Amino acid sequence: MKIHEYQAKEILRQYQVPTPRGVSCFSVEDAVAAAESLGGSVWVVKAQIHAGGRGKGGGVKVAKSLDEVRQYAQAILGMQLVTHQTGSQGQMVRRLLVEQGAAIAREFYLGMVVDRSRQRVALIASSEGGMEIEEVAAHSPDKIKTEWIDPVDGLTDAQADAVSRQIGLPEVALAEARSVLQGLYRAFVEKDAMLAEINPLILTADNRVVALDAKFNFDSNALYRHPEIVALRDLDEEDPAEIEASKFDLSYIQLDGDIGCLVNGAGLAMATMDIIKLYGGNPANFLDVGGGATTEKVTEAFKLMLKNPKLKAILVNIFGGIMKCDVIAQGVVAAAREVQLTVPLVVRLEGTNVDLGKRLLADSGLPIISANNMADAAEKVVAAAR
Amino acid sequence: MSILINKDTKVITQGMTGKVGQFHTFHCKQYANGANCFVAGVNPKKAGEEFEGIPVYASVLDAKQATGATVSVIYVPPAGAAAAIDEAVEAGLELVICITEGIPVHDMIRTRYRMQGKSTLLIGPNCPGLITPDEIKIGIMPGHIHKKGRIGVVSRSGTLTYEAVAQLTELGMGQSSCVGIGGDPINGLKHLDVMRLFNDDPDTDAVVMVGEIGGSDEEECARWIKANMTKPVVGFVAGITAPEGKRMGHAGAIISGGQGGAEDKLAVMEECGIHITRNPADMGRVMKKVLKA
Repeated sequence: MKIHEYQAKEILRQYQVPTPRGVSCFSVEDAVAAAESLGGSVWVVKAQIHAGGRGKGGGVKVAKSLDEVRQYAQAILGMQLVTHQTGSQGQMVRRLLVEQGAAIAREFYLGMVVDRSRQRVALIASSEGGMEIEEVAAHSPDKIKTEWIDPVDGLTDAQADAVSRQIGLPEVALAEARSVLQGLYRAFVEKDAMLAEINPLILTADNRVVALDAKFNFDSNALYRHPEIVALRDLDEEDPAEIEASKFDLSYIQLDGDIGCLVNGAGLAMATMDIIKLYGGNPANFLDVGGGATTEKVTEAFKLMLKNPKLKAILVNIFGGIMKCDVIAQGVVAAAREVQLTVPLVVRLEGTNVDLGKRLLADSGLPIISANNMADAAEKVVAAAR
Repeated sequence: MSILINKDTKVITQGMTGKVGQFHTFHCKQYANGANCFVAGVNPKKAGEEFEGIPVYASVLDAKQATGATVSVIYVPPAGAAAAIDEAVEAGLELVICITEGIPVHDMIRTRYRMQGKSTLLIGPNCPGLITPDEIKIGIMPGHIHKKGRIGVVSRSGTLTYEAVAQLTELGMGQSSCVGIGGDPINGLKHLDVMRLFNDDPDTDAVVMVGEIGGSDEEECARWIKANMTKPVVGFVAGITAPEGKRMGHAGAIISGGQGGAEDKLAVMEECGIHITRNPADMGRVMKKVLKA
């Protein structure tokens, strides 16, 4: 689960990580009032959307007067902000963060991830702040420093200082950097984060270390023990179809193609998309109904897919496992009837009672095309979509 | 023979008395020698009771001491599943298979840390389990699609593993053992560990390896295969069409040097001598061709 920058900074402040003073705003008037109350003569008006790359897209502006704050807030609020992470349609800006300007001497990168192969939390730091870390990794990998953190000892003073020195923080700032790094690590573990980024982390002209930006992604499996994180969820930032899917415990991702797929299991669902492409078609979505492909779930899945105006055909690929094919077939037929299916439906079932399942599909009177295996199913659904 | 488990393996079921545990314990007990293999369940509140004639003990240690079991399978719900693994490791079991899906990642980091220096092996979490056909099935896979034979199967996915197995069986190629290692970022045995076991197993002739996008397990396994494996390997990686921004392990890929995409994995696997296919319906056919050659 993702949150906004201003929310991430609130969490950082709870862990004694310094951030610029700022106020989140929902209107132009709020933004001007926020700037006034913050005082000073330079403010930063920042679009709050979940995607990165906001600055390049025109969503971050430095204002040198209250008039400019008003002008930028007007321009940014309500805009469709397009960044490399939003796709071409962009994301509507509904919230702003107005912050006091900071005197930047140098910029650094700080990140934290769960490293699968080492099975540890990894701290990633770089002297190249403000850039995409992927870019740094591609062009100057030697400028990325990584420390793996022992889950019992935590991020030690020695590790923190070593990383700070490696990325070029001056000695005078080491104590403060240590508290920033250790604060970030404690927040990461205690809040069950999967990814955290402070980019840039800045050194100010007076040698203070400040998080100028902040990003957190949280482990959705751990949200049950973090109601305070769940409260930060912003449904406006999520795909409505994906929200609808999650209500029924379906995993759904909209894609660009025209062949809907309904599959049980993530691996098989990805493989089904792959084989559709291989046979010359284009998948309209990833949809994993999970282990129990019940009538209710299949019905909701059909409804979701049918909302896509591009949809030309649907492929149902269920490897029943312990579930009986006749039970799944009954579910598919009932679901197809309920939603009054308007596009061709190809069904591939595997598992016990497969013949009985196929007979149920054939006798349903519905225009269901039965397939014998994955290749057959892909061929038939691609033909049906033409 | 087989890897990790066989008809003489004695198994403790942690979380046997829950709905999921009951369902799958029933089916595992029905399969091949299951009635003799599934010897104990664990539930501190139901010690002394029975399910399907299987006695319930208060702890894994009690169950182990009473029955001599060396393996456990876990169906405990996510919030308590990592602690269930810890308990099995503390009791000194040889192998723990965790089926549970949805365990918080940080719980697994701490559990894997505690497992350092211990001899217990972990399969999963978030996996279908493992099976040695006609001998024993530990987990949630459908027993009937399997056939006894000499092909090993290792996979990160659940239903896609069944797909691979069904293709092999359909073409007359039985399996020595099939291992679902699970799709979670922090888990126990990796492709490489299982591959090593298949390489050493005299009753395995070849292996099907099924991967997924994310992480670099497949690449690491492929490099090991190139240097050490004496048996042919057929490989598939799901997710060639998976959209970029939705990719899991995106930041993890930076650490491992930009790996994680399906095409990258397939390229490394091919370069290491694995017989790859981009068609998930072709895993069985490619194996058949490899064995004939």
